[in-house]
Amino acid sequence: MKKLTEIRWHGRGGQGAKTASLLLADVAFSTGLYIQGFPEYGPERMGAPITAYNRLSNEPLRVHSNIYYPDYVAVVDETLLESVDVTAGLKEDGAIVINTAKEPSEIVSLLKGYKGKVYTIDAAKISVDTIGRNIPNTPMLAAVVKASGVMSDEEFLNNMEASLKHKFASKPEVIDSNMEALKISLKEVKLYER
Amino acid sequence: MAIRERLSGNEAVSIAIKQINPDVMPAFPITPSTEIPQFISSYVANGSVDTEFIAVESEHSAMSACIGSQAAGARTVTATSSCGLALMWEMLYVAASSRLPLTMCCINRALTGPININNDHSDSMGARDAGWLQIYAENAQEAYDNYIQCVRIAEHPDVQLPAMACQDGFITSHAVENILLLEDEKVKAFVGEYKPEHYLLNAKESVSMGPYDIANYYMEHKYQQKVALDNAKKVIMDVAAEFEAISGRKYGMIEEYRMEDAEYAMVIIGSSAGTAKAAIDEMREEGKKVGLVKIRVYRPFPEEEIVKALANVKGVVVMDKAEGYNSVGGPLGADTKASLYGRSKAVVLNIVYGLGGRDVRVESIKEAYDRLFEAVEAGCVPMGYDYLGLRK
Repeated sequence: MKKLTEIRWHGRGGQGAKTASLLLADVAFSTGLYIQGFPEYGPERMGAPITAYNRLSNEPLRVHSNIYYPDYVAVVDETLLESVDVTAGLKEDGAIVINTAKEPSEIVSLLKGYKGKVYTIDAAKISVDTIGRNIPNTPMLAAVVKASGVMSDEEFLNNMEASLKHKFASKPEVIDSNMEALKISLKEVKLYER
Repeated sequence: MAIRERLSGNEAVSIAIKQINPDVMPAFPITPSTEIPQFISSYVANGSVDTEFIAVESEHSAMSACIGSQAAGARTVTATSSCGLALMWEMLYVAASSRLPLTMCCINRALTGPININNDHSDSMGARDAGWLQIYAENAQEAYDNYIQCVRIAEHPDVQLPAMACQDGFITSHAVENILLLEDEKVKAFVGEYKPEHYLLNAKESVSMGPYDIANYYMEHKYQQKVALDNAKKVIMDVAAEFEAISGRKYGMIEEYRMEDAEYAMVIIGSSAGTAKAAIDEMREEGKKVGLVKIRVYRPFPEEEIVKALANVKGVVVMDKAEGYNSVGGPLGADTKASLYGRSKAVVLNIVYGLGGRDVRVESIKEAYDRLFEAVEAGCVPMGYDYLGLRK
């Protein structure tokens, strides 16, 4: 059975949307999938809207274009909801995941009539509480995994621990706090019930 | 046992270079190839290669240093993109005419004017007549595999020409994908040791390289370059067969996809070939007899292979990711039409696409085929060439 999951990330330069897409690619790779993780490159600068993408599949990936009809959209910065058409092409049997302190019901009106599932997560608060800094991409990564179901929570946490240990070999003190952020995020992501 | 990894195209060729362990790498950084000298510098710093890294002050100097070092007898590599390649121009011809088998990663990026950092093929297409071998990759896997093979092809006694291993900037250079790597020792054994026949640091033989060539000899030397480029075809196939034996991955001058019974073909280079394969599968579901010829080796041009692959089609659409500004078409269009002239009755369309990073979608490829269906239906080819994905 061919199963392709396409994800589009919206963030602002410096928030780690690109890193989140690469981390998701990494963890999905560890579970045996074929992956692509890539940002859309342009004149990046801190604070400017950026887009990054993931394709995850159990078959080799050949298409090398941006993603126009994503299954899932992740919005790392809620101020983008006003300036970027984040739900463009988003499949209605998919979902959007938004980093916000607001309840999903308060956000729905900003989504131009999008009829699919809406998830929210207070990624800023979770990252400040656990990692000590506003690094929204770690909680957002967990929220996207939860919303998309591309892997189980357990598979995700086990692989992330290995991945973080590798990535932060020289900074082991950040591994526990990042793992804590991921675990809390898996629990705190909220689904809007219509 | 292959090593399953996930890497960007830049990481992949950097690992290929690490495994090749060249003697010298002169380089000047330019987006999107910058990561390659960065990675190699770190390999030099942590001792995982013995390479002498030369930080130069420009790409002209980078290519000059490559020429000097390869002429001295050292296996030499470099990497560049876009204007960096343009700044090497003068020296590219010197490398080729001096018959120096150095290798270069060209991470394809648009030439400036207007300034743009994204992908198209205007940089390496501009260098197509410099006498270098040019091999293009569809994805990170091919970028890795091609680089390793380029070293062998370039250094072969019947070739002795510099080689450019090209891949699409950002689209593959910065996208992380699955890849299968070979073990270090396999690559090491495959490329072997560089043993030049003549080199400047040979104390037992005095030679001079790159001297003034008078009218009595210049033309013969240019002809010898042509013969070497012609010879490269057999060497490319021999090296591909040897590479298949260690990797299980098969390569040729071109790659044909669903061409067996195809009536309509596309000729394309680089990452968009993958997108085209997906488009072809969808169109085949609709009963359209479409196929693809992907150019892997652009120099020497696969004239014979193209003629053979396109022998039975009604129409061909040739896709150029570079402008030619010659009013008849892009470089691949011109070469394909020249190959087919007098040998095929197919309607040939030429389309310029994907300039400066314009995204190439499955839908874009289908639109190109749709234009081909119309041209074949009408039975005539419009003068000039057309643009795809242009905003109206």
